[in-house]
Amino acid sequence: MKKSALSMKQSYIVCAVGIAVLFGLLMAICESGAANTYIKGILMTCCIAVIMTTSLNLTVGVLGQLTLGCCGFEMIGAYSAALLSKLIVAKGIAMDPTARFLLTIFVGAVIACIFGILVGIPALRLHGDYLAIITLGFGEIIRVVLQNIPAAGGVGLDKGQAGQALIGIDRIANLYVVFWITVVTVVLLFMFARSRYGRAVKAIRDDEIAASASGLNVTYLKVLVFAISAFFAGLAGGIYAQYMGSLTPAYAGWLQSTNYVIMVVFGGMGSLTGSILSAIVLTILPEALRAFSDYRMLAYSVVLVVFMIFRPQGIFGSWEFSLPKLINRIVYRNGRGGAAKAAIAAEGAGTAGTTAAAKSAEPAGKEA
Amino acid sequence: MSGFVMFISQIFNGLKIGSVYALVALGYTMVYGIIRLLNFAHGDFIMIGAYTLMLSIPALAAMGMPAWTAVIPATLVCALVGVLVERLAYKPVREKGNSMTALITAIAMSLLLENGSQAIFGADYKTVPTIVSIPTLTIGQLKIDGATIVSIVLGVVMMVAMQLYVKRTKQGKAMRAVSEDKEASLLMGINVNGTITLTFAIGSGLAAIAALMYCVSYPQVSPTMGMMLGLKAFVAAVLGGIGSIPGAMVGGLAIGLIESLTKAYIGTITGGVITSAFSDAIVFAILIIVLLVRPSGLMGEPETEKV
Repeated sequence: MKKSALSMKQSYIVCAVGIAVLFGLLMAICESGAANTYIKGILMTCCIAVIMTTSLNLTVGVLGQLTLGCCGFEMIGAYSAALLSKLIVAKGIAMDPTARFLLTIFVGAVIACIFGILVGIPALRLHGDYLAIITLGFGEIIRVVLQNIPAAGGVGLDKGQAGQALIGIDRIANLYVVFWITVVTVVLLFMFARSRYGRAVKAIRDDEIAASASGLNVTYLKVLVFAISAFFAGLAGGIYAQYMGSLTPAYAGWLQSTNYVIMVVFGGMGSLTGSILSAIVLTILPEALRAFSDYRMLAYSVVLVVFMIFRPQGIFGSWEFSLPKLINRIVYRNGRGGAAKAAIAAEGAGTAGTTAAAKSAEPAGKEA
Repeated sequence: MSGFVMFISQIFNGLKIGSVYALVALGYTMVYGIIRLLNFAHGDFIMIGAYTLMLSIPALAAMGMPAWTAVIPATLVCALVGVLVERLAYKPVREKGNSMTALITAIAMSLLLENGSQAIFGADYKTVPTIVSIPTLTIGQLKIDGATIVSIVLGVVMMVAMQLYVKRTKQGKAMRAVSEDKEASLLMGINVNGTITLTFAIGSGLAAIAALMYCVSYPQVSPTMGMMLGLKAFVAAVLGGIGSIPGAMVGGLAIGLIESLTKAYIGTITGGVITSAFSDAIVFAILIIVLLVRPSGLMGEPETEKV
């Protein structure tokens, strides 16, 4: 590795500065009064979409298993968080709204994660089309069950009524808090994807039989990824519930889930930065094109087919945008050498297929 | 009405909707058998068939033809749409991508057809004119309406015809060969792409007949009508063993029966804990159990993965 490139420590600092600048920008928009409630709402929806899409990308892109039930987990998290929040209020427990928000979304995420494990253990014995269908089935079951639980309808809890939207949830989601939750989520997902586990998961994606023959515990890793995805989907759900103030079971259906799958595919399967970009663009775009909302899904589907034909790997493919790399390239003019080369080597090893290669790439990855 | 007569009439109800599921499941199974693709858009072919029926019945009536002849333009339109979808979307993706990109393409095609027809016809339900009027059959206390008789008879006839077609004709043999081994069939001089296109045409044409059967009982159409119908038919195909024609029939009828019986009795059996509103969830629960216990379905052949 050339001396002229940024060191690991410097890279982290650069990333931290980048995030801080982003937060400063967000604060500037909100505090200067340039953003009304509508704009803030869109920003909030962007954050939720980023959490959903990046966590879904872990399953779809990194593990390579298509699931169509992510909104089912999102709604489990959403309903759990909403009902818990209502329960705390009803019991008269004094609690700071932000603390209550954090507690409820965390509990919602844990419950979604538990369901993720329960669903994942049997479902992940299947793969490909069958997994897509079985997760779709689970999503639909969650939808029907939510529709029929009295406590999850109307005003909720013991005064609830089955078959209605859950209303009157405290809207305590704060944009700044949600921003930092999103940052933490993305950082954690990045760390996972680049860890030993992440590389093992990529090996499973590339060749399951080879990975299993090399001694990887395929089932354990699959369920782990599935559970992580479900956890963050539940987290996003909790935020969604306490931002919207009302929930409908229909949101758990598979059509909503395909929306997020579309975001993942556009951004690039396996690229978390691609997911972030596409989640933001595909959330803002429909708002900007409100006049054409009737044709939005029509255009989406055409673009999706065209994408699948001409660029099946999405905009970013498995390439990740990286601030330190960019700086290396501009300042030291060695973007193609040093760090980038090591990263390419790691990537190449990942796609080469064998676990052995992925494992040997570990030092290379560390260098990068 | 006594309990027993009620039970029998529920059975007939189940067989009626079950034959629709079976016919749609047949389309899924044929396409899956030949290119290993879950054609998510298949349910939407039914919707297209139903819209064609709605539009062509008045036109045909004006020409003095009976309403059921509308199934001919419906079949042609569906077959054409099926072939177009295969040629324009599935084939290019199949050549370049993997099974996941193919599945996403299928979902995209489904969204495209649904939203396309929503843009053309609007999102609301539209009524289909009466297609057949067969008097209700009365056996003692039991009443079986014309729609049920038409559906069951048509379903059985189509199933037998398809089974004979695939087993006895040259094209049927080609289909079986291509689904077994594409490269080898190519070497044997079979037109592989032509066979795939033919399979799509037949599968989609069957969806039009299913649309007719559906509209006889429930005479209304909407852009999303095919979604749930398609999903349940898919469950039927998996239950019976995807790729197997008799399996599609058994699976379709089984799902129809399960649905109608759970709707009628689950509330009483479980003492009101699980109500008939859960029937969709029960269908999916069955799918999940079948996939876990016997992924190849009731009549499918288990697949072993080779390195």
